[in-house]
Amino acid sequence: MDIRLQDITKRFAGRGRRSQGETVAVRELSFQVPDGSLVGLLGPSGCGKTTTLNMICGLEKPTTGRIFFGDKDVTDLPPELRGVGMVFQNYALYPHLTVLQNILFPLENLKGAARPSRQEMRRRATEAAALVQIEELLDRKPRELSGGQQQRVAIARALVKMPRVLLLDEPLSNLDARLRLQTREEICKIQKKTGITTLFVTHDQEEAMSISDRIVVMKEGVLMQEGKPQQVYDDPASLFVARFLGTPPINVFKARVQAGELWLANRPVLAVPGVADREVWAGVRPEGFIPDEAGPVVCTPERAEVLGRDLSMVCSHPDARDGALRAILDPACGLRADAETVRFSLRADKVLLFDTETEQRIPFAADKGAAR
Amino acid sequence: MNNGSKKAWLYLLPALILLGAFLVYPLIDVLIYSFEEGYNFASQTYWGIGGYNYSYVLHDPYFLQALKNTLILVAITVPLSTGLALLISTGLSSIRPLRQLYQTVYFLPYVTNTLAVGLVFMVLFQKTEYTDGLVNLMLQWFGGPTIDFIDGPYWAKMFVLCFYTIWVVMPFKILVLTSALASVNPDYYKAARVDGTSRTRIFFRITLPMISPMLVYLVITGFIGAFKAYSDAVALFGTDLNAAGMNTIVGYVYDMLYGDSGGYPSYASAAAILLFAIVLTITCINLLVSRRRLED
Amino acid sequence: MKHTSDLAATGRSARRRSGAVRAVTYLGLSIWAVVVLFPFYWMVLTSLKSYAAYNAEYTPSFFTLSPTLENYAEAFTAVPLGRYLLNTLIFSVLTTAAMVVVSTLAAYAFARLSFRGKDLLFGLFLSMMMIPSELVVITNFVTITNLDLRNSFPGLILPSITSVFYIYLLKESFEQVPNELYKAAKVDGTSDLKYLWKVMVPICRPTLVTITILKLIECWNSYVWPRLITDDAAYFLVSNGIQEIRENGFGRENIPAMMAAVVVISVPLILLFLAFRKKIMEGVSRGGMKG
Repeated sequence: MDIRLQDITKRFAGRGRRSQGETVAVRELSFQVPDGSLVGLLGPSGCGKTTTLNMICGLEKPTTGRIFFGDKDVTDLPPELRGVGMVFQNYALYPHLTVLQNILFPLENLKGAARPSRQEMRRRATEAAALVQIEELLDRKPRELSGGQQQRVAIARALVKMPRVLLLDEPLSNLDARLRLQTREEICKIQKKTGITTLFVTHDQEEAMSISDRIVVMKEGVLMQEGKPQQVYDDPASLFVARFLGTPPINVFKARVQAGELWLANRPVLAVPGVADREVWAGVRPEGFIPDEAGPVVCTPERAEVLGRDLSMVCSHPDARDGALRAILDPACGLRADAETVRFSLRADKVLLFDTETEQRIPFAADKGAAR
Repeated sequence: MNNGSKKAWLYLLPALILLGAFLVYPLIDVLIYSFEEGYNFASQTYWGIGGYNYSYVLHDPYFLQALKNTLILVAITVPLSTGLALLISTGLSSIRPLRQLYQTVYFLPYVTNTLAVGLVFMVLFQKTEYTDGLVNLMLQWFGGPTIDFIDGPYWAKMFVLCFYTIWVVMPFKILVLTSALASVNPDYYKAARVDGTSRTRIFFRITLPMISPMLVYLVITGFIGAFKAYSDAVALFGTDLNAAGMNTIVGYVYDMLYGDSGGYPSYASAAAILLFAIVLTITCINLLVSRRRLED
Repeated sequence: MKHTSDLAATGRSARRRSGAVRAVTYLGLSIWAVVVLFPFYWMVLTSLKSYAAYNAEYTPSFFTLSPTLENYAEAFTAVPLGRYLLNTLIFSVLTTAAMVVVSTLAAYAFARLSFRGKDLLFGLFLSMMMIPSELVVITNFVTITNLDLRNSFPGLILPSITSVFYIYLLKESFEQVPNELYKAAKVDGTSDLKYLWKVMVPICRPTLVTITILKLIECWNSYVWPRLITDDAAYFLVSNGIQEIRENGFGRENIPAMMAAVVVISVPLILLFLAFRKKIMEGVSRGGMKG
């Protein structure tokens, strides 16, 4: 069953007596979570993604717009009638209940015919616990568990009532870095195994890119772009999306297009056919720099960070928006940080042009492999 | 002693002198008093050491009456006021508009003079030859008989005393419980709502266990406070509580010390220590029971 | 689609039910608000009724059409209410001032100065919080009597000054001040006392204000100790005064004048409360004494 949001707007009344202004948390948002897929809702903090999640699970009501689960309009339904499982950022495990009691909690809420027998409840709880591999922790209290284990309990509690939709709010942000990697794979695996339509919220682009089937990027309550992670990365619609995705972030230069050529520091650096003469923001992914002794991009190396697999080199460049650029290179390329200058040529498919006013993407027919 | 130490003690000196003279020394002294038999306040002499003072107090009908009054007061007001405060603060935290106003109003009794407002309660409940008083007027609306709550039957006097005591202790309890409720992470409620938990179940399975440490605290302080009841009774029934049959243990202590029965610090000490022992025992039992319950 | 409309209906009825719950909540809260406020209303109302009018109504009336201030005049002339108020003011201000000074010094020593046995002494301090005042009042009574300080301000004030709890609150607050400030002041050659006065006290003013107000309230309402230690009406505080008024004042039946006195006694505290509502409630919830 898929989730569809149709023109969702959420306004909050202004706080305090004096301010009459209201905040628009989400503005005319429409997107779809395809049946059985894992979708990451991505954006900087305060962009309205948690509000969106709350509206999907029914904790908040959109001011205008409709929400559909499959072809059913659930906009006016209270959360318990929507069949959603939710995992909260801090897990919201009841501290006075054991793991088993926590997992049983949603089942015990059921009434009448829907209420399973005591044995059935236990069976389902153990099953959910087995799915996230916490069977041996059932008698513990949440405070006796590690962060990762608590996370699993929270997922088990969300899954035990067999929801049609699973929602996760910043599921990894309370875990340390190592556990985060492991847990995100775990989530991905559980989702694939159960096939539940899953939406998770995160501000960490790497997290979203790594496990999502699709990502939805939001900024200030507005949808910026959605699509497959690689597609959004390769083909961002705006400078915001381009800068938000990718670590290290994309390098931005103040540049100029003249006669079908991109000019940086008074040198033509790349053919950009089909773009009219104008000022542009030129974004170059860190992996888009090719060491080239005759390359058109000339800059002064400042330092090199050896990261094992990669060499990350920071160079100052007069036209770079923050004064410097960062290139990810092969450690074997032979460039030295104490050199006078280094020269690069650019990979056309890693160069993106944006309007200086609207910051929207300016497409050009990339001539693959064309480098000067 | 080095220079810094000397300075520190100098800063502490006023506090230490005052605490020593009026808190530590009396604590020891009161124990001694309670065992000095036949102490004479005027000549400051006594004729023996022993448990006579305790036995006297325990056989004094006034003390037994005071004990009975205090126990009834405790048994009624502590559960009632705590339950009512829980109800009110739950209601209070479920609303948004007017919440501040209600909170302010509910706190008013805390900052009023117990003795002064007690007079108002006396006026409200009293029945004299000139007027039946307001409460009796209301009783009549509902077809009940009129009763003098201040100078009438024992149960009526006890009712007013309990009512006034609850009125006086509610602000503190409401305040503590409201802030306890506010400190429960709202995510728990959100999680419960997503799971379709009913209101009653949320209250009993989530809210109550989460604030139970504060409830235990309130019950214990409530017990201690109610055992020390005194000025509420004076406010309603006047200083001669023995005559009204409404004395409390603390009242008995003060009356023994100074007042109509005049100047028996040994009996007063014995009664005070008995009170302290009762309070300590009940507090310990409370702590044990609640700890066991919390661990389950 | 029938299923959907069923669900929607359930949703609607749930909302209706929550509306009813809300109404009941407001009703219950309002009832308690009335229970709390009514005695205040009644005392103001009664104090505005004339003696004759009050005694003429066998069935008490809920309002008065001819309010009079004569009871207030009576309250200040027939009994020494002004004297009681003045006594209470002197007692409260002096006790509170002394408490603030003594507590500040002690809290500073505990929070900032280092000396041998500090932890042990502070532990003892904390355990003193558990000593019930009813126990020590007996000896204090004897002490003050032997010092011949009955019916005097020193006798009233001295045992009322120290409060372990306020020292504790202040110490906590002092410890929030970063240590670097102290070191910086030392480098600049500031004396401890000057540092306390110029840095700590201004920074911790909110806590100082809170404990000052709480102590003022406590003093204004204190009854037991003043009652034991004073039997001369010239030294009565308001609590004893009101008791005296009740038993020997205007004559037992002049309820309106009595209520006028009650209003006069209550108003200062209520004003204080309304002015410092936040501070008072915050301070009390951190460890109220009355309960």
